[in-house]
Amino acid sequence: VEQRDLTRFFLSSCICMGEEIWLDSRTVYIGHKEPPPGAEAYIPQRYPDNRIVSSKYTSWNFIPKNLFEQFRRIANFYFLAIFLVQLIIDTPTSPVTSGLPLFFVITVTAIKQGYEDWLRHKADCSINECPVDVVQQGKVVRTQSHKLRVGDIVMVREDETFPCDLILLSSSRHDGTCYVTTASLDGESSHKTYYAVQDTVAFRTEREVDSLHATIECEQPQPDLYKFVGRINIYKDREEPLARPLGAENLLLRGATLKNTQHIYAVAVYTGMETKMALNYQSKSQKRSAVEKTSGQRHVVSSFNLRLKDTVLTASVKNHLLSNSTSLVCLPFLLQVIRAFTDFLAFMVLFNYIIPVSMYVTVEMQKFLGSYFITWDEEMFDEELGEGALVNTSDLNEELGQVEYVFTDKTGTLTENNMEFIECCVDGNVYIPHAICNGQILTCHCICKMKVCLCRQEHEDLFFRALCLCHTVQVKEEETVDGIKRGIHQGRPTSFYISSSPDEVALVEGMKRLGYTYLRLKDNYMEILNKDDEIERFELLHVLNFDSVRRRMSVIVRSSSGECLLFCKGADSSIFPRVVSGKVEQVKARVEQNAVEGLRTLCVAYRRLSESEYKEARRHLNEAQLALQDREQRLAQAYDTIEKDFVLLGATAVEDRLQEKAADTIESLHKAGMKVWVLTGDKMETAAATCYASKLFRRSTQILELTKKRTEEQSLHDVLFELSRTVLRQRSISGYEIIHCLDFGLIIDGATLSAILKSKQEGAGPGNYREIFLEIGRNCSAVLCCRMAPLQKAQIVKLIKASKEHPITLAIGDGANDVSMILEAHVGIGIMGKEGRQAARNSDYAIPKFKHLKKMLLVHGHYYYIRIAELVQYFFYKNVCFIFPQFLYQFFCGFSQQPLYDTAYLTLYNISFTSLPILLYSLVEQHITTERLKRDPSLYKSNSLLRWPVFIYWTCLGVFDAVVFFFGAYFLFDNTTFTSNGQMFGNWTFGTLVFTVLVFTVTLKLALDTHHWTWINHFVIWGSLLFYVIFSLLWGGIIWPFLNYQRMYYVFMQMLSSGPAWLSIILLITVSLLPDVIKKVLCRAVCPTATERAQVPSLHQFQLSCYQVGGLFSSFDSCFAKIVNQLLLSHFKSRAFWQKVESTPMLADISYFYCRKPNE
Amino acid sequence: MMASSYNAKDEDGHITVTGPGGGAVLRSKKPENTAFKQQRLPAWQPILTAGTVLPAFFIIGLLFIPIGIGLFVTSNNIKEFEIDYTGADTSSPCFNCSQNFSWNSTSPCTCTVPFYLEQPYESNVYVYYGLSNFYQNHRRYVKSRDDSQLNGNLKSLREPSKECEPYAYHNNKPIAPCGAIANSMFNDTLELFYNDPNGTSVKILLGTTGIAWWTDKHVKFGNPGGVDSNLSAVFQGTTKPLNWRRPVYELDSDQSNNGFVNEDFIVWMRTAALPTFRKLYRIIGKSSQMVPTLPRGNYTLEVVYNYPVRSFEGRKRMILSTISWMGGKNPFLGIAYITVGSVCFFLGVVLLVIHHKCGNRNNGAEISN
Repeated sequence: VEQRDLTRFFLSSCICMGEEIWLDSRTVYIGHKEPPPGAEAYIPQRYPDNRIVSSKYTSWNFIPKNLFEQFRRIANFYFLAIFLVQLIIDTPTSPVTSGLPLFFVITVTAIKQGYEDWLRHKADCSINECPVDVVQQGKVVRTQSHKLRVGDIVMVREDETFPCDLILLSSSRHDGTCYVTTASLDGESSHKTYYAVQDTVAFRTEREVDSLHATIECEQPQPDLYKFVGRINIYKDREEPLARPLGAENLLLRGATLKNTQHIYAVAVYTGMETKMALNYQSKSQKRSAVEKTSGQRHVVSSFNLRLKDTVLTASVKNHLLSNSTSLVCLPFLLQVIRAFTDFLAFMVLFNYIIPVSMYVTVEMQKFLGSYFITWDEEMFDEELGEGALVNTSDLNEELGQVEYVFTDKTGTLTENNMEFIECCVDGNVYIPHAICNGQILTCHCICKMKVCLCRQEHEDLFFRALCLCHTVQVKEEETVDGIKRGIHQGRPTSFYISSSPDEVALVEGMKRLGYTYLRLKDNYMEILNKDDEIERFELLHVLNFDSVRRRMSVIVRSSSGECLLFCKGADSSIFPRVVSGKVEQVKARVEQNAVEGLRTLCVAYRRLSESEYKEARRHLNEAQLALQDREQRLAQAYDTIEKDFVLLGATAVEDRLQEKAADTIESLHKAGMKVWVLTGDKMETAAATCYASKLFRRSTQILELTKKRTEEQSLHDVLFELSRTVLRQRSISGYEIIHCLDFGLIIDGATLSAILKSKQEGAGPGNYREIFLEIGRNCSAVLCCRMAPLQKAQIVKLIKASKEHPITLAIGDGANDVSMILEAHVGIGIMGKEGRQAARNSDYAIPKFKHLKKMLLVHGHYYYIRIAELVQYFFYKNVCFIFPQFLYQFFCGFSQQPLYDTAYLTLYNISFTSLPILLYSLVEQHITTERLKRDPSLYKSNSLLRWPVFIYWTCLGVFDAVVFFFGAYFLFDNTTFTSNGQMFGNWTFGTLVFTVLVFTVTLKLALDTHHWTWINHFVIWGSLLFYVIFSLLWGGIIWPFLNYQRMYYVFMQMLSSGPAWLSIILLITVSLLPDVIKKVLCRAVCPTATERAQVPSLHQFQLSCYQVGGLFSSFDSCFAKIVNQLLLSHFKSRAFWQKVESTPMLADISYFYCRKPNE
Repeated sequence: MMASSYNAKDEDGHITVTGPGGGAVLRSKKPENTAFKQQRLPAWQPILTAGTVLPAFFIIGLLFIPIGIGLFVTSNNIKEFEIDYTGADTSSPCFNCSQNFSWNSTSPCTCTVPFYLEQPYESNVYVYYGLSNFYQNHRRYVKSRDDSQLNGNLKSLREPSKECEPYAYHNNKPIAPCGAIANSMFNDTLELFYNDPNGTSVKILLGTTGIAWWTDKHVKFGNPGGVDSNLSAVFQGTTKPLNWRRPVYELDSDQSNNGFVNEDFIVWMRTAALPTFRKLYRIIGKSSQMVPTLPRGNYTLEVVYNYPVRSFEGRKRMILSTISWMGGKNPFLGIAYITVGSVCFFLGVVLLVIHHKCGNRNNGAEISN
């Protein structure tokens, strides 16, 4: 990696030297004015106009393109192939039977997509035509948005949305800043400040702006919203052009809205489909659910079966024909091969129903409709946020029911990310701001351990100023902000601090409570109200922004006395190595103590810069900022050279409270058999404290540490092996049954993790560290990974995903740093957190709070899994039942591919006779009650419905049923009549009899599986049976004029007019359902699963007591017994009932003898 | 606004769901508290336990066994007589006919098969002919017919559907009735004679009506030009099926049983389900209460042997059978009912034991006596 970076660096520097012509940069001529001659060649470049095209289709390419898209799916293509085969060769069923459903599916999808596309067209249109103010010839001209071109100067007013990506030139504010909310882009509703280049700030009117003569060089559009590198060259009267750097802070993104600024002037740099927003939209990879994969596997398996059947039958046809007709032998070989091939195709057509089109439709419908139950769930609605759960991809619903590993972020996910300043410590002296009493803030309480000394006084002053200055907090003077609200009480009751980081707000606020109030940033001067109510002004020279690699931020300010100061705050690990003096020991001790208590700590340091040092620093920074290539890297280098030789001032501690019910949720997840891994960037002590608080680690948990500290003492190799020995020994002792009696918790930090991951690359290491690490991790009930970089989080998820068992992983987080892991995991859940909406936007599901994960997984996930598993299995089952008799029939019809059922039955079987009950089942089935699922998380792990044995069971059942249907009918028809008038039935009656039994059996089988009979279930199940009967009566009752055959005429009625037909239908249904009932009952009685046990108790208690009471009172007046039964019915579970029983003397006497209280 | 409009975009036809009202709408989106949306619809939650299923098993057992016995007894009371007259053996009387078969022979071959009925047949006796190894259910065979022609459609009479190919036209004349099924119609003539003990041979009257479905005869099949038309005129311009000896309008002298509505023809046109099948040929009506329809004794079956089956190793049979409410002789249903009933009863007992043992063990903790 390093090498690649180096080469890239060299390459880019070479290019930089070579006249700075980059292929990947563009030059924008502001106002389309040519640069003065000699400066640069004027190359007018062509850019797309500002038209946004989000629609996929146009009216003329809709049909071909949409069809192409649809037939790219393998299933659709398969059915198309079948349909074509039916068209081309002579096949048993008419092309309509497979063409109609396919046509239906394709049309419905096309209509849906067409409608969506039409909506997009409309949206595009309204966006493309919305008015925009453009400055032309010194005047503001109103045009339509899509006419905007790169280089146009645009005027945007307050509350207007930016029409394209713009570079801010000037604003109505004097300092050339403007406020922007990017709520519609990334959901962050806080106001962000954007800056104009200082040299263009002065152009305030249309006329002035129009006179601006400048070009902008910038990179070609790229999707990263937070990155922009460019340079503006301003030409002034034959002078050398002024070059100023442009960064993301100058770029106003399309889609964002201007706030708190009357108007701005800006120049368009990226337009239309090249805007960052449009680029951002394109690729979000589709996650496929595991169920879909397994059903895909099944698809392959069953189509293999199908092929097998085909070949068997084709071969037997050959034999059959060869033995029977001598003429065929004379046929030339080639012709025979062709015959064999067409026979093969014909069988394929006949048996293609085993993989019905409708299954795909039903599964998609189930997922689509089913996901609404998540969004509708009232319990997952958060009053505070005003939002419920969101489903971004419904494809993964059932994955929620199989999660084995949960990766969670700490800050904002387990904790509230609602920071509270707890204390600060200056050189070992602790300051605690006191709580608010009656709206008044008490004076700060100071625990002084030492006598006041000069040094301390100075450090204290610096410390508080540092915290007041070293931040990027804005002061918002108005009332409504949806971000973080904090009232500033003194003087300005309607002001708030706003920042993208809640820590900073907490700190600034904490400072205020300690007497130092940050007032505002005005004209580059930061104003502070100090303890003595004096306003101090500091000139803000530079802000060295925070980033997660450095884990610190700094400001360079000039005090009123002209001193240059650099204040830095950051994580202890990034500050201490750079400290040269100060009371390191005391501070370190305090920081560690705080960390153990679960507080977030930051260290504060400063450095006095002499004038020459400052100049040096400024030079470094400017150079880096001006660079067009590798700006990030250069900035990092510059920061590194500047941020050194610190004098340590002190440390702060901020508390981040645990989220409501976080511990309960974690505990439930544990009980549900999930392994919870906490991945955090925080330091070990803090994270561990949170883990204890959230019951991830219990007191009994044996903690294994795999940290840098340890690996420094021993080699990584030794530590790893020692740990794995410990874990494995424990397992071998405890064996399988009491495996949970002693659980392990593992703590690993980022440095060690990268060492472990790197070992693979080196390859030569003894043994594979990854495997050992995985082994340890797998045997620990909880793992804490601290000091993780965002990418490392994703790496861990990937590591687990790729491990042997291929467990289903779930990642949950709230911040931008969790996005990578959310995208990596099978299921990504975003929390609508305070650090913006990026996680929620990139996730598959978004929930308001961590506690909602419990219901999401234990209830919704469990249900969806059960439902979709049943759906898939049932579909295979019912189609095996459907097709296998067809297969058997081939042995009795000379392998002629004669269909057993009528075309209408073939077509409608999957579409209407048996489709609705299973769809409804897959939407509303609740095999265990919601309450029970929540109460007993261990039920979650009993999910194993898509295993091979289960699949084989279903297939066997299907085959058995099919054999029963077919041979039942066969023996009934065998060479005899079963009408009372001696007349005979033909092959269609045979098929109809089989089909009737089939429809009833298959529907009743589902009825047997249904545990939750709502009125809709009754309606749909009995309704679809009734529909079948009515349809058959109608279908056979009329000579249908449009059909060229009347084979079904009166077949169904004639069949029903025969007594033995009824008797055999009843018999065959009973026989086919019998094995399943017996299996259910026996399994439940002999070795009930956890699920089955969970279904019983409430009901069982009830039954038993009814039984007992019934028996008890049978000798009494039966009316009396009825009343008691009624009482039991309504009040069985309530304690009040038993009290009532006790208080009624006679009842109490009897009941004491015969029934005991349920909880005794 | 743009962002929300983009949300609707989906890939490859996958349905992507945006929650209701998705995007950055700030209005309260509190979901409705309805029983359906909260998945709290009142529901009946049955569980299949040994206890609940037990009664069902016993009931099934108790119901099925008597039904089965009834069926079995009924089936056993039915009298059936079957005789094979294919003439495959050299010893059989029809051997010569079967050997010397040729399609164009003008003089039909006749053979007589004597048989002896051991029991008298009371009430109506049904005469069937049975064919074996005849794949009337072969796909190309089954579809080789034109229902609209058979329904009396004049247009289809002149232009038979192409499903009938290659039996649609002959010498450029449309075939009526077209198709392979019609072409292969069974055309043996069977006659029964009762050999009186006193030496005379009495011809038994065979009823030709009532052998086809009523709906077939009156609705599905119909002669072109209505009921009272002159059939030979209507069928002018068509030709008889290749293998037929007579045109369709000469099948029967009785006008109401002639042409497409000839019952023998209709019966043949209902293709059988299995390669071994029987079809109703004639009904011997009950003559009086006192005398059995077919008394015990010697009979002669006289066959006009027209129908060749030896080329496909087929067999021809003549069957005499009485009928009960449940049709012909078929012990299968009775045996099946008895078996299933007994199995259910047995399982009921097994479950009772299990229920007693496991039921107590599992639930003893909750409430116990």
